[in-house]
Amino acid sequence: MENEIKVPTAAELLAKGETPDILFWVGCAGSFDERAQRITRDICRILQHVGINYAILGTEESCTGDPAKRSGNEFLFQMQAMMNIETLNGYEIKKIVTACPHCFNTLKNEYPALGGNYEVIHHTQLIQDLINEGKLKPADDHVFKGKKITYHDPCYLGRANEVYEAPRKVLESLDAQLVELKRCKSNGLCCGAGGGQMFKEPEKGKKDINIERIEEVIEIKPQIVAAACPFCMTMLKDGVKIKEKETEIEVLDIAEITVKANNLSK
Amino acid sequence: MIGQLIFALCFAGSLFFFSKNAKQIYRNIRLGRAVDRFDKPSERWRTMLLIAFGQKKMFKRITPALLHLFVYLGFVIINIEMLEIVIDGLFGTHRIFSFLGGFYDFLIGSFEWLALAVLLSCLVFLIRRNIVKVNRLQSKELDHWPKTDANLILVTEILLMSAFLMMNAADLKLQLYGFEHFKSVGSFPVSQYLLPYLPTSTSTLYMIERSCWWFHIMGVLAFLNYLPYSKHLHIILAFPNTYFSNLDPKGKLSNMTTVTNEVKAMLDPSFTPPPSDAIIRFGAKDVQDLTWKNLLDAYTCTECGRCTASCPANITGKLLSPRKIMMDTRDRATEVGHNIKKNGGFVEDSKSLIDNYISREELWACTSCNACVEQCPVNINPLDIIIELRRFAVMEESQAPTSINNMFGNIENNGAPWKYAQMDRANWTQQQ
Repeated sequence: MENEIKVPTAAELLAKGETPDILFWVGCAGSFDERAQRITRDICRILQHVGINYAILGTEESCTGDPAKRSGNEFLFQMQAMMNIETLNGYEIKKIVTACPHCFNTLKNEYPALGGNYEVIHHTQLIQDLINEGKLKPADDHVFKGKKITYHDPCYLGRANEVYEAPRKVLESLDAQLVELKRCKSNGLCCGAGGGQMFKEPEKGKKDINIERIEEVIEIKPQIVAAACPFCMTMLKDGVKIKEKETEIEVLDIAEITVKANNLSK
Repeated sequence: MIGQLIFALCFAGSLFFFSKNAKQIYRNIRLGRAVDRFDKPSERWRTMLLIAFGQKKMFKRITPALLHLFVYLGFVIINIEMLEIVIDGLFGTHRIFSFLGGFYDFLIGSFEWLALAVLLSCLVFLIRRNIVKVNRLQSKELDHWPKTDANLILVTEILLMSAFLMMNAADLKLQLYGFEHFKSVGSFPVSQYLLPYLPTSTSTLYMIERSCWWFHIMGVLAFLNYLPYSKHLHIILAFPNTYFSNLDPKGKLSNMTTVTNEVKAMLDPSFTPPPSDAIIRFGAKDVQDLTWKNLLDAYTCTECGRCTASCPANITGKLLSPRKIMMDTRDRATEVGHNIKKNGGFVEDSKSLIDNYISREELWACTSCNACVEQCPVNINPLDIIIELRRFAVMEESQAPTSINNMFGNIENNGAPWKYAQMDRANWTQQQ
């Protein structure tokens, strides 16, 4: 099948005496979370479609250490970072694309001081570049035409690294109706999962953060909420479910939207 | 002559007391650990000009931004008038700058308009605080003193501006009567409307002019000395605080070099960490473990609450309030400063920033989303303090919520925060 994905590992490439031009850092959520796995495979479809020489680390990849660092465990973070850097440097990796803004932030900002110097981009930036280069072009009859779409800024892509435009540019290429949430871009509201919150119960309060966010989403009545982070995906998806809006609002990653719009999954 | 003497004494005294208090605050800030914020001077100047001088981040909220702009411009520009007042006070002159002629008229005219703008803005601020009760100005951490503090500052500014306008009005009326040394100088676009309400007796007018002059200058000197005791220090500290801003991306947390040495030693037995005599504490238990920039942040905070209003944890009813983190840090630094001053060195008081001021519940509610950092009009960073306190809780005390400890365990054992086997990491490639 033409669109069947084959995912090379850096080890396999090395065995053939090759190195990847870009390493796809899958991340823990992208590797293990079922919903996020679908996004991961879609990113592979995009990479494969445009013929980029890429690879993943596969079983050699390990948590970047981001949740440990944000929860105060600098030891564990640096252990993870140094092991990962050894692996990445061993494969002579120069450029990394990742689907997780938390991995993106850590690899880009916190690895260099520990000896890991790479050009790190988020998948929405890669997709934007591919659109600009004309390598990706939404099909004429794609499903998003005229749909009402909004975008939820992940904190670690937006505020943390000021990537606001790339995901929006991708959505703008769709000929859809884009609406902004009341709290967007630098004023965006967190989904509630960062800083280790993904792995614990919230402290007591009036409501959960993802409910606050999803209420804001519901207010503007979009058909699709675009996400760009596996943690945000989980929180938004759960919010939509709790609010019983699953039939009206779909939560999709920018990568999934791209694959669908370009008919890469057929 | 006697007036000049009293003025000189008050002026010198107020400068003396202010510098004494300012030194104490400087010492309190220096309690913090070292951190290098002296690199990239041109970028730092630009940041200060944009954020502090240019008020760029204030404009995320347009109404208070405009009101604040009036008060800010009024404060900065009317201070030129202060120079004249001080010279007049010291040398017994009257409106010494009036030789500037048309330009002087322009100056006094603009001061008057600004004074009116400041007065009205402060009135609106009072209404927003006490009648409209804007949400972010009602949080629990503002109960009692902080609210009084804010109102005192606003009322003082209103009184100072009223005295300034009243003084000008009396002056103008005396000028019209051709009284003694009151030459016809200056233009009074605002205070001219007060003339009908003033008495006609020149001696009473002279009394009013003099008492307003004295009230205004004494008020300003008193205000200067009130600053170190209030939240209002931002009018000075906003400038250094933005100059010393974090220039890295907001998402970047510091890598602790003390930890790097230990981790290197663990991974490579031949690595010997550089010798150090300093007792290493991981993270922050108290204010002395924070950096001086964290403490400068704390003294710069004017308790506006934009951070708290944007904090997802606070919005959803959790205990965490980034503003409270800053207020607690400042109050504890002041307490430690007193302790040192009183005892000639820090004497253990069985208190610490964590637990006695900031609770664990607050710490663990943070999503590290940087909304507070983004919103702060003077680049204060509450997140930095939260992370340092978490580091202490985790690395020095091993006290984290159970589920967080489980997450640590999973990363250590399986290389993922969830309980999945490392060998299953690429299983997703097997499905289409």
